[in-house]
Amino acid sequence: MSAARPAWDEAYNFAYLDEQTKRMIRRALLKALAVPGYQVPFGGREMPLAYGWGTGGMQVTASVIGPSDTLKVIDQGADDTTNAVSIRRFFQRVTGVNTTEATEQADIIQTRHRIPEVPLREGQILVYQVPQPEPLRKLEPRETETRKMHGFGEYGLMHVRLYEDIARFGHIATTYSYPVMVNGRYLMSPTPIPKFDNPKMRNNPAIQLFGAGREKRIYAIPPYTRVESLDFEDHPFEVQRWPHACALCGSRESYLDEVVLDDSGGRMFVCSDTHYCATRRAAGHSGAMAEGSVARALAPSAGKQEDSHERA
Amino acid sequence: MSEHATTMEAAGLKPGFADPVFEAQTTFRTLLNALAYAGRPGMLSTRLDPPHPLGPASAAVALTLFDFETPVWLDAAAAAGGVPDYLRFHTGAPLVAEEGRARFALIADAMQMPPLDRFAIGEDRYPDRSATLIVQVPSLAAGPAVTWRGPGIDGARAVSIAGLPEGFWTQWADNHALYPLGVDIIFTAGQALIGLPRGIEAEG
Repeated sequence: MSAARPAWDEAYNFAYLDEQTKRMIRRALLKALAVPGYQVPFGGREMPLAYGWGTGGMQVTASVIGPSDTLKVIDQGADDTTNAVSIRRFFQRVTGVNTTEATEQADIIQTRHRIPEVPLREGQILVYQVPQPEPLRKLEPRETETRKMHGFGEYGLMHVRLYEDIARFGHIATTYSYPVMVNGRYLMSPTPIPKFDNPKMRNNPAIQLFGAGREKRIYAIPPYTRVESLDFEDHPFEVQRWPHACALCGSRESYLDEVVLDDSGGRMFVCSDTHYCATRRAAGHSGAMAEGSVARALAPSAGKQEDSHERA
Repeated sequence: MSEHATTMEAAGLKPGFADPVFEAQTTFRTLLNALAYAGRPGMLSTRLDPPHPLGPASAAVALTLFDFETPVWLDAAAAAGGVPDYLRFHTGAPLVAEEGRARFALIADAMQMPPLDRFAIGEDRYPDRSATLIVQVPSLAAGPAVTWRGPGIDGARAVSIAGLPEGFWTQWADNHALYPLGVDIIFTAGQALIGLPRGIEAEG
């Protein structure tokens, strides 16, 4: 068993959490997989990071990860933003595992608010950091009531909310945290991923696990599971499209971030998935601003540090 | 470590995991995959020599998931011999006499297993409060083929679990009809295991 054990900071148990906590989280994860989309309460522990910075996702990752895994951590699609870097360093220190930025090479991907552009494969585990696991919370503040609504499958309120969007704006205006039905039974928050990523949840060959640290809930979507974004027959679900291509790699398929360049309205659109964008550029694709000095000064790593103050 | 094992053997106890942190982790990953990819066999790399009639996979699952928070029910075959002491010593789990109070059930003799509806199915608001059954069978591949469909399976999968009692799949249909309530099952044989979560529909 101890063949290739990595070196980690042995002041801590492997993966930081004590074994009893891991067992409790592991039991919750198995029940979460058995009832896709249902929020399993668990005894969330304090982590050496503030709530809202991924403590739920970290506890899930810590309970799942083993010495031979390769870990990737992304924040809004990027491998090099504050949250991703600090969580990656944390796991390097407490597990000693290999880390990667390449989606294809990762066994476990912990993510905040994006699903990678490269399709996932069987055996990979995508761990989402969840700020608010309850999709109905803004409509019904009482946990006792939302529990009942899930218990009885009573989701009319969410349809009314989407209908109000249509009545007011002419279309469903929700662009992220767009609610989904899992396996035809539970209404689930996909976490604040853009609705652009919602279709990737459906029938995904990978295992999707969700951890909410402050709210102490774990939920899951097994591979090959029905995940439907709520909609109406006459207002079907649609994902965002941009008139632009990525300014760096020229992709028209990926999710784009808008980066303001100056005070006079200059802006560029770049892939939010930094690994996807870098891979395309390495393969010779290039966008309108790829060779310009502006683009170099504002490579995705430099342009995206600022959004960290608005995390949930 | 070997000294530790010998002392326990002298006291009539078989040793548990030699390396609890890492062996529990690999066992859990096999379990996670088994319940995620329902019906696909997982092989454990752990090497346990548990007391008869407990199989090595059942024992590994027990040492990975049981503790003082999980009441465990043992069938008559598992309750005889050294199994209760082994579980009490290595996991600290309370053993209960009523099926309905158990979070986990360890069934060594599948042919004599109680009907599924004796076990906890969870509550409308908390379907996770249901029992997980660990059912030991002679083989995971030599039985009659049953077609499984549901979350975790791309289309359909034929699974051939041997040694299940007459009418088991009818009971399973009733259990599946309770979805999202119901029990979940982990079948074990030797070092291998297969997960059967409640969302799976089985057709004979």
